[in-house]
Amino acid sequence: MEFVNLAIKNIFVENILLSFFLGMCSFLACSKKVETATGLGLAVIFVQTITVPANWAIKTYLLAPGALAWTGLPGVAALDLSFLTFICFISTIAFMVQIVEMTLDKYFPKLYTSLGIFLPLIAVNCAILGGSLLMNERGYDLPHATVYGLSSGAGWALAIVALAAVRKKLRYSHMPEGLKGLGITMIMTGLMALGFMSFAGINL
Amino acid sequence: MANNLKKTIVDPLSDNNPVTIQILGICSALAVTTKVDTAIVMSVSLTAVTAFSNLIISLMRNMIPGRIRIIVELAVVSTLVILADQLLKAYMFDISRQLSVFVGLIITNCIVLGRLEAFALGNKPLPSLLDGLGNGLGYSAVLVAVASMREILGFGTWHGIQLMPAGYQGNGLMLLAPGAFFGLGLLIWAQRQIIKKFETA
Repeated sequence: MEFVNLAIKNIFVENILLSFFLGMCSFLACSKKVETATGLGLAVIFVQTITVPANWAIKTYLLAPGALAWTGLPGVAALDLSFLTFICFISTIAFMVQIVEMTLDKYFPKLYTSLGIFLPLIAVNCAILGGSLLMNERGYDLPHATVYGLSSGAGWALAIVALAAVRKKLRYSHMPEGLKGLGITMIMTGLMALGFMSFAGINL
Repeated sequence: MANNLKKTIVDPLSDNNPVTIQILGICSALAVTTKVDTAIVMSVSLTAVTAFSNLIISLMRNMIPGRIRIIVELAVVSTLVILADQLLKAYMFDISRQLSVFVGLIITNCIVLGRLEAFALGNKPLPSLLDGLGNGLGYSAVLVAVASMREILGFGTWHGIQLMPAGYQGNGLMLLAPGAFFGLGLLIWAQRQIIKKFETA
């Protein structure tokens, strides 16, 4: 039950995109068509579910103060490498994205062609790095980190698919010239954020 | 030459602003703008990182193999970001707590990578440094504008100075996530209306 609550909280109430503003660039650039939005959303769920637990392991067994105690070496056990967090997380993400890309290419060529161009882009999507950094800051344990990765990815995917559907309709509406494109999209996103906030306080 | 250099620095301030025209680096532009103080600190960090990473990559541009350039760029940027983060933690601990993960997210900020890819890889060090500086300042201008709007309406203060009359009830919506979206959306509308640069979508 606790995990269901955590998932609901991360998909709706604390949506990684609508309340932490992570992954805005690709959210704005790739939400013109519902198909592309769905593809990118799936890719983000996939990569997020893998990288958050992977970075959890790196943080817990390599970087945190005293994390190297398992090596048993006296000089190493007390090391605090947490200042390397950023560079380790971003390397893990780039590495994982590469592995996922190669695996999909080899074993699921159909899925690979449909996600194709989006996978490499994900390495620099701030929702992915942000997810790992927030996991680090909130101090989740492994099961929580996994559920968090999955649900924050799902929340991001939900938001981008919903926005793509709205933008399709917006194309036929009349509005002031300067508002077209980015302006109205920002305001739409604001209204969506307002809607998602109304889920606050739901507890199962 | 001097004219070109001046253009490199002035262009991104309004006509080719990284946030409102090129649509880059929106995440942090929204997240750190509840108060002017945090916006200024974030702007300074980003401007420094963009300028120096542009300089470093431009110095190395003839040595980087094309296939692995992204990972080289990420390594340079994350090193600079670690420096910025450690400096903030050492000298401005409170503000670094408020910025939380967003300093780290400068690594994946599209402005930084976008300028590296689009400018530093093909230009000499000095113009690259200025290009980074100009884009950083363009970003800062937007950040401070949005933050001023949100802080004045949300708290009734600007940079901690009371502006609104004493009985002013802060508008809580401006401090929440939707307020950031509305603020930036309206700013983009105003700017595009003034410089007459419209999207044909």
